[in-house]
Amino acid sequence: MQVLQWFTGGGVWWRIFYAVAHAGRHLIKPALSTFFILLLTNIYMSIQVEQLTKVYGAQKALDSISFSVKPGEILGFLGPNGAGKSTTMKILTGYIPQTSGKASVCGFDVAEQSIEVRKHIGYLPELNPLYTDMYIKEYLLFAAEVQGVKKGVINKVDEMIERVGLIPERSKKIGQLSKGFRQRVGLAQAMIHNPQVLILDEPTTGLDPNQVVEIRALIKEIGKDKTVILSTHIMQEVESMCNRVVIINKGKIVADDVIGKLKQGLSGDMQITIELKQQIPVDTLKQIQGVKDVKQSGKKYVLRCEGDMREQISVAAATNGWILLSMSAEGESLEKVFQKLTKRSS
Amino acid sequence: MIIILKKEVRAFLSSLIAYVVMIVFLAATGLFMWILPDYNVFDMGYANLDMLFSMAPWLFIFLISAITMRSFSEEKRAGTIEILTTKPLTDLQIILGKYFAGVVLVIFSLIPTLIYFYTIYQLGATKGNMDMGATWGSYLGLFFLASCFVAIGIFSSSISDNQIVSFIISMFLCYGFYSLFDLFADFKLLGSFDAVIASLGISAHYQSISRGVIDSRDIIYFLSVIVAFIWATKTVFGSRKW
Repeated sequence: MQVLQWFTGGGVWWRIFYAVAHAGRHLIKPALSTFFILLLTNIYMSIQVEQLTKVYGAQKALDSISFSVKPGEILGFLGPNGAGKSTTMKILTGYIPQTSGKASVCGFDVAEQSIEVRKHIGYLPELNPLYTDMYIKEYLLFAAEVQGVKKGVINKVDEMIERVGLIPERSKKIGQLSKGFRQRVGLAQAMIHNPQVLILDEPTTGLDPNQVVEIRALIKEIGKDKTVILSTHIMQEVESMCNRVVIINKGKIVADDVIGKLKQGLSGDMQITIELKQQIPVDTLKQIQGVKDVKQSGKKYVLRCEGDMREQISVAAATNGWILLSMSAEGESLEKVFQKLTKRSS
Repeated sequence: MIIILKKEVRAFLSSLIAYVVMIVFLAATGLFMWILPDYNVFDMGYANLDMLFSMAPWLFIFLISAITMRSFSEEKRAGTIEILTTKPLTDLQIILGKYFAGVVLVIFSLIPTLIYFYTIYQLGATKGNMDMGATWGSYLGLFFLASCFVAIGIFSSSISDNQIVSFIISMFLCYGFYSLFDLFADFKLLGSFDAVIASLGISAHYQSISRGVIDSRDIIYFLSVIVAFIWATKTVFGSRKW
């Protein structure tokens, strides 16, 4: 019966492939096993979350959320503070168990195969806790050994120190580092075993603008060949790094889409700002078909239109004899989308 | 487990705690054995290490509580416990790693006392005239006693994220297990049960093994105290998932 269940269970193909891949590593050529692993990571979702619910006492931190992340994707996990971002990540990394629902990472169930999951994950917790009285190298060696890296550990640590730009600080204790460098140590620690999935909980909080830019570049570079989930409440961060965004509010997913679509999709409205040489009555602008609303400030007019109406506006200007000094159009900013989504459901 | 053990021992050695504990232990036992009047070896006139073996448990109550108080408290307070528990390690591996690191430190602080042993050995009225069985038995007893204290200390550390609280709980539990059962038995309230009560304490078994007779009951007692506290630690540590 057990065997039957094992064969009908969801993760079975992954297990078989995985076993073959790992046997291949020793028996056939390493290239073949790499092929198998690549094949696998493309068949399976890197992260699959179904109906995940977490209840703390009387409070529902997560209310049956579902989403999945494809291999190689960088997913932005967006939401106001207390929305359930960290909770989701803690469940995925096996730090706390879910109340109900299922979650799997690389085909391994987070509740039942926690150790396997943890082997395939690199995790940077919120606030980036570190052993402050350890040396950088000592700490990274420890992280590598704990993750079961066996061959060439010291080389890997050196490589990682170089990759995250810690060379000038490498002989220091972690406690002596500035926040930006500590964040790099945290990232290095998460990536030292070359995991398939990286889970980063607010990787740029508390950094100065330069450091933010550097860390973002670093994550983007790492994300080229890995699956990354990162949480944040900063919109630009998502816009600059992620392919896809999941917006979560009060434990529920309110949006899950590619960024471009999300910006358009909500209302389809566009905001067009024009500057004229003379002042004109606002009503004449409102008469143009498709203009929903006009705001005037001096000789500048902000028009909310259905879609891109720059052409119609310049035609109207020409026929009415207005002299158009400038015109600019923009879609809704992600910030506005975020505000709308998180307010709507509250 | 070995990796955690290595990390913990290194943490002990790179912080001052380990050195302070060893120095205090050696200084205190050294003072009582050789220098302070009335009780020192020369005044007593017997070639034995009794002073060391009666002092050490009391010192260990303080010192072992001091070295184990940070093992989980510190990690919880700093949040590094989240790093540790999201690595591919089972809870038991983490606990045992920390436990054996404490035991290793105890062994380190016991090794220098072999010098006392050598000195006494040389000072015997005829050289080497001392009760070897009792001495080695006492060392073994002291080792087991310290191992029990480490288990108690680790457990105390796991129930609080405040080091001072852990320290006080640990001292209280160590003292209780070492001596309270004995004291209670001394009241002679329960007649023949007094012996049973006394045998629940560490002290009775420590004294029994110190005679140089290695009784399986003593060994089993020490091992079960250790296992019980490690199991309790595992339960408390696992309770984050409830």
